[in-house]
This record gives sequence, structure tokens and C-alpha cells, in this order.
Amino acid sequence: MAAGVATWLPFARAAAVGWLPLARKTMPKPPVDKTSRSDEILYVNVSGVRFQTWKNTLDRYPETLLGSSEKEFFYNEDTQEFFFDRDPEMFRHILNFYRTGKLHYPRNECIQAFDEELAFYGIVPEIIGDCCMEEYRDRKKENQERLAEDTEANEGMDTPLPPDSTSRERLWRAFENPHTSTMALVFYYVTGFFIAVSVTANVVETVPCRPLKGTVKDLPCGEKFQLAFFCLDTACVLIFTFEYLMRFFAAPSRGKFVRSVMSVIDVVAIMPYYIGLVMPENEDVSGAFVTLRVFRVFRIFKFSRHSAGLRILGYTLKSCASELGFLLFSLTMAIIIFATVMFYAEKGTKGSSFTSIPASFWYTIVTMTTLGYGDMVPNTIAGKIFGSICSLSGVLVIALPVPVIVSNFSRIYHQNQRADKMRAQQKVRMARIRLAKKATVNAFLQYKDDRSLGDRDSDSTALIAVKNRSAFEHQHNHLLHCLEKTTNHEFTSEMNYSELCMTESVGCRTSRSTSLSSQQAAPNSNSSGCCPRRARRRAAMRLANSTVSVSRGSIQELDTLHIKTTSIPPQTRSSLNAQTHDFLKPNCGEPDFSAAIISIPTPPANSPDESLPPSPIPIPGILRNTRATAYIQDSVKISSL
Amino acid sequence: MGAVVGTLTMQTKQRRRPSRDKTDEELEMATVCHRPEGLDQLEAQTNFTKQELQILYRGFKNECPSGVVDEETFKHIYAQFFPHGDASMYAHYLFNAFDSTNNGSIKFKDFVVGLSTLLRGTLREKLEWTFYLYDINRDGYINREEMTEIVRAIYDMMGKYTYPALKGDVAQQHVDAFFRKMDKNKDGVVTLEEFVIACQEDETMMNSMQLFENVM
Repeated sequence: MAAGVATWLPFARAAAVGWLPLARKTMPKPPVDKTSRSDEILYVNVSGVRFQTWKNTLDRYPETLLGSSEKEFFYNEDTQEFFFDRDPEMFRHILNFYRTGKLHYPRNECIQAFDEELAFYGIVPEIIGDCCMEEYRDRKKENQERLAEDTEANEGMDTPLPPDSTSRERLWRAFENPHTSTMALVFYYVTGFFIAVSVTANVVETVPCRPLKGTVKDLPCGEKFQLAFFCLDTACVLIFTFEYLMRFFAAPSRGKFVRSVMSVIDVVAIMPYYIGLVMPENEDVSGAFVTLRVFRVFRIFKFSRHSAGLRILGYTLKSCASELGFLLFSLTMAIIIFATVMFYAEKGTKGSSFTSIPASFWYTIVTMTTLGYGDMVPNTIAGKIFGSICSLSGVLVIALPVPVIVSNFSRIYHQNQRADKMRAQQKVRMARIRLAKKATVNAFLQYKDDRSLGDRDSDSTALIAVKNRSAFEHQHNHLLHCLEKTTNHEFTSEMNYSELCMTESVGCRTSRSTSLSSQQAAPNSNSSGCCPRRARRRAAMRLANSTVSVSRGSIQELDTLHIKTTSIPPQTRSSLNAQTHDFLKPNCGEPDFSAAIISIPTPPANSPDESLPPSPIPIPGILRNTRATAYIQDSVKISSL
Repeated sequence: MGAVVGTLTMQTKQRRRPSRDKTDEELEMATVCHRPEGLDQLEAQTNFTKQELQILYRGFKNECPSGVVDEETFKHIYAQFFPHGDASMYAHYLFNAFDSTNNGSIKFKDFVVGLSTLLRGTLREKLEWTFYLYDINRDGYINREEMTEIVRAIYDMMGKYTYPALKGDVAQQHVDAFFRKMDKNKDGVVTLEEFVIACQEDETMMNSMQLFENVM
């Protein structure tokens, strides 16, 4: 019940005294109201802006945050007020809701921010008053559509294919997105060129050329150079057929592909040629054949694959189907009415061209669309009057649905533009996100270094660096460390991982002999997954070349200290690529974590960061990839000297 | 061309009208907006304390910023308490009972005086108020027709879905029972005195009256 009605409840209950004389039974006991009757003022501090209100006001809606006991969690004993660390501007609207019972939507606020505030305060958006409900709904729908588009754009096109896609998938991707590979782009332009050539040939065929020697009549060029045009046509049709067959083969869902509009256009474009080949040179049939050649003009629609604007136009027409339908219907009605009227008005005159009502249709259409060819004109006065009414109403009827169609087109066009802009923005954003991720990963590795460093000696600079990190970072890093311990796997860098995957082909032969105390035991045979072999080789290669500082920059000097030569049991390498290396393990005093490896100081060309993105998602992925049973016991530590 | 001229003239006509309307509206609004008497006076007239009056007024003013409740609003509010049935008739009678000045609107004073009688009044006052409610035409007597109206209005509030199901003549039976109890001299009407005496003799009713003491 609305808040206001609650005010009247005591009144209604009091008025129940009027039922008492009629009642045959005793009334039930009323509920005892234990709450204090006196109203008090509550202070609500929202980010420094102090609001005051009666307690009763807030109690009107007991299912919200402010009306229920949930607000006790925000009570500040020292200042005797409720403190909320939220937007005070928005809170104004929320409080007004309590006061007036109507929730309004402030038009200048972001819809998502508003929704979040409502969710925080436990208010259901459905109670927005009628005055603001429409605006709210419109903006919410717009926002949702926009988000849906963005996610679609994300998942779609530009993401790189997973490495294990079949050639079929790659082919389909090349067809749908020509910019993914150069081959696809070349093919795209070639088909475009041939479409243009084919359409031009169709057009030029009909142009009259100079007559052959000995004849007088002008010949269309198509008949004069019949062979040339035939060869051109054949070439184009061959290319189109080839393209169609390739698309058909590559399509993930062939049924859906065959039913799609573009494929129908393709078929219609090339069918006439084949039918022409098959059909015999028969007089009767060739008439039909000529009609079929008209369909060759459909090849021009194949351009819509090449032009986004054309596609938008087609999509607009499709989405405005109802408006177009209305336009057509109203026009038909008007045509019939006016044609009838004109026919009967002009019936009497001699030699009138309005011979029948269907004949008048032509006049009506030409007049309503303000073409006015002048091949049919009314002669009587009545005919002229009705003719002028006809042309006026024609303008009106056509002008009405047009703005709707135009606004639809504009909306779709802008959506499309926005999609392109979003895609460009996404690239930048993804790059930034990747950088941030790497930073956190490296921070983690740095943390581990510093911890071990701190354990071992008191290098003041390092310790200071440790202290400067916030408590949050410390705890976060500790958490990641615990995860490592739990899974017995370690984080490594993305670069390292991808390097491993790519250097399989490098096929470096390890000079195991050169590695000192290399505890690269024979890698686990049961490694599977992405690059176990590569990992092995990589590690070996790494051993051969002294590598890398584990973490960035300044840690170089720390590396030297991390050569531990504690017990070096034969190391089993985990099959995870990531594992292979190069962490500076903190000296946790656990026996299973071990020794560093000293590598020969051959050119440390690369200093890849060797840490996986710390996000938990890749880790399960990696774990999934491996069937390895052996867990890493030790890590291979390679430090640059 | 004609259309253009037409629209222009229409616009000018519209511009002229609002000035005249505004004065009418202002007068209307001036009469509608009502302020109650001072807090002290109301305190004297009713049995409420100042704080209670303040709380009551705040709620009242929030609901009716103009300071008065008209019958439609009252019916609407009352209907929200009884969504099952049709509370409009009973609300109408109740409205008339509260509207002591009979001008079609309840002001805050009427509201609070009525409440004071019902909640803090003596037994006699309450009974008088109830009699006043039942006596629709204010002639000092309750006759059968009036009572039937009231009872029917109350049963209307129950709605259709009751247990046991409402039969057609249940209102009539109720009225008969009431008259048997109240009408001492069997003259077909109930006077105030008959009403008060009969109610005081009715133990059930007296018990129920007690329970309504602390509704506020």
C-alpha cells in the first residue's frame, strides 16, 4: 500500500467503531504497538551532505534499506547519524521518494548510475511514477541494446581464431571478415571487380554498335561481338560459381547459409547462364530464356557484401516493413477511390483516355506521386476538380510514413557507426587492460623476489620497496602465493608462455652439457598439452643461454643472489609450459623448492617476463591442458649474472 | 495556404485564452487551499496532545497538500484498505459522518475532531457518533431503510469471495436482528436514547469498545 494510505490507517481503524453495534461477536484484540509513539528526526549523512527526516517518513517503506533495520549497519555512534558513502545528488531523489511516495527519474543522470543507486537502497525501479516511467524505460532499453551490441562486437569478428580451428573455420572467417588475412582481402577485391565487370558487360551488350559491313541496321554490341561477351560472361560466372561453392563448403551451418538472402542472390545471379547452356536453341523457349537473362542484373546486389551502406538500407527497409505496408495500403485505397471517381467524371467526354477504371489507375498514380506525365488529362470541370484533390492528397499520404522510415534509417546507420567506433576503442582498451595485467603479474613476481630478499639479507633499497607497497598489494600477493602453493604450480609470464609455444619449431638443441647444475631432469613423459616438448626444449635452450631476469629492471642485481644451492633433487618438470621456469622462488624453507641454476652468461638477449597473467582463469585452462601427474618439485631458476 | 492561415489564427486564439483562465483558476485555488486553526485551539477542542496533533497533521498534509479531502479522494483511500469488495458506499456514509459542516470536504479540523471522539472520547460520545453515522438523513431517527443501507454497504466491503458464501437476504436478517435488539418500543425506528441504552446493555459491544482504546 502506498505510504500515504498508511497515514489514514489509524483513521480507518478508528472508524471501525461504527461497526460495533452491528457486530454479533466480540472484536479481536488489536495488535499491541510497542514502538514509541513519538516521532524522532533522523540524521542521514551522505558523503558529507546532511539530510534530516522524520523516522516515520523512512518507515513508510519497510522493504527498503532505509526503512528496515538494514540501516543500522550504517549507523555511526560517534556522530549519531547514518553515514552512506554514496552520491548525495542521487540521494536527494531517493529521499523524495520516501517523502512524496513517488519516485522520479532525473533526466540528466546516467541510467546505470541511477539503477545502481536504486539497487543499493533496495528500491524496485518499477515504482517510478508515470511522469518519468516512459523516459526511464526508453533510456534503459537504449542502454541495454548498446551493451548487447558491444558484447556482440567483442565476441565477434576481430578476435583471433583459436589455434586449433579447422581449415573450414578459417575459410569461413576469411569470407566473412576479409580484413583478417591478405588472401581474403585479395579475393574480396577480385570478386568485387568481377561483379563490376559483369554488370558493365550486361549493360554495354545492349548499346547499339556500328553495323557490320554490308548491313544497314544498327546492331547491339552484344550481337556484334557475341563471342567476346560470351567469354566474359563465362569467366564471371565461373568465378561466382567458385565463390559460391567455397562459401557453401565453409559455412558452419549449410542449411542456414542456403536460406540466407545473399546466397539466394548468388544463385539467381548465376542460374541464367547455366540454364542458357542447357537450353536448346529453340524459338519458343528462347523467349523465356531472354526473360531469364534479366535476372543477370541481380549480380549488382552482390555488391551488398562489399558495401555496409547497402546492407543498412536493406535492413532499414526490412525493419520498416510495417510502415511501408501501411504506405502501400493507403496508397492502394486512394488510387482505387480516385480512379473510380475520375472514370465516372470523364465518362461522358468524347475521345477521353479514361477508358476504364484500371486505365484510370495509371492516371491516379502519376498524379498522386506528382509526376504528371500528361499522357492522360481530364477534360471536364468535375474531372479537373477531382484531379487536383487527387494530387493534393497524394502528397499528404506519401509524406506521412516517410519520416518514420527516415528516422529508422538514421538510427540504424548511427548504430553501425557506433559499432565501428566501439571496435576501435576496444582495441585500445584491450591493450591497456593487457598492460595493466602484466603490471600486476610483475608486481607479484617482484613481491616474491622481495620477500626472498628480505629473508636473506637486508638490502635496504629492496626493503624500502617492499614497505612502499600498500597493505592491499601485500595481501593480494600473499593470496597469489598461497594459490601457487596450493596448486603446486607457479605463475609465469604470458610472453614466456607464447615463446614456449612458438619455439618448438626453433628446435634448439640443448647443450645440456653446458648447463651447470642444471637440474633439468628428463622432462616428464606424461606431459601433454600445448607445448610440453617445446617447454622442454625451451628450458634447455634457456639453460644454454643464460636468461633472464625474472622480474623487471632493477631486480637484475638481485638475481645474482638467488643462486641457491640447496638440495637439488632431480627435478621433475611439470608439463605445464609455464612451469618451466624462471622464478625466483622465495626461500620458504621448504625442502621441495630448490635450487637455482646458474647459466652461462651467454647473451641474455631476451628478458621476457615470465609470468602468466595472474588471473585465475588461465590457470585452470592450463591445468586442464595438461595431463601431467608430476607436479613441479623444484623450479628451474635461471638468473642472469 | 489556407491551412497556414488557419494554424496562425488558432495560435493567437489560444494565447488569449489562458489569461482569462488564470484568474479563474487562482480564485479556485484560493478557496480550495485551507489552513487549520492554531495548534492550541485544536488541542483545546480535542483530546490529543500537541505532539499527536503534529504527527497527525504532518501525515494529513502530506496526503492532501491543499488541506482538504474531497469525497472522491476519501473513497479512493478507503477502497485501498478493502480491496476485496466495494467500499464506496460505506466510505460515502463515513465521509458524511466526518464532514460535520456538510460542505463536501473534510478539513483537518473535522478529521481530528472525529478521531478524537472515536479514540479518546467517552462512551456516550462514541455511541453518539455511531448513531450519527447510521442516521443518514440526520433526522434523529434510524429507520429500517437507513439501517439496511448501512448494513448493505458494510457487506459490500466484504466482496464476493467469503466463507460462508453471502446469500441474498443476509443483510436483511442482520437488520432484523439489529432492530429486535435496539428498538425497544417497537415503533419501527431507533432513537438516540434507545440506541445508547441498548448498546450499554450489550456486553459484547462493551468489550469490543474497550479494545479500541489504543488504536492511535
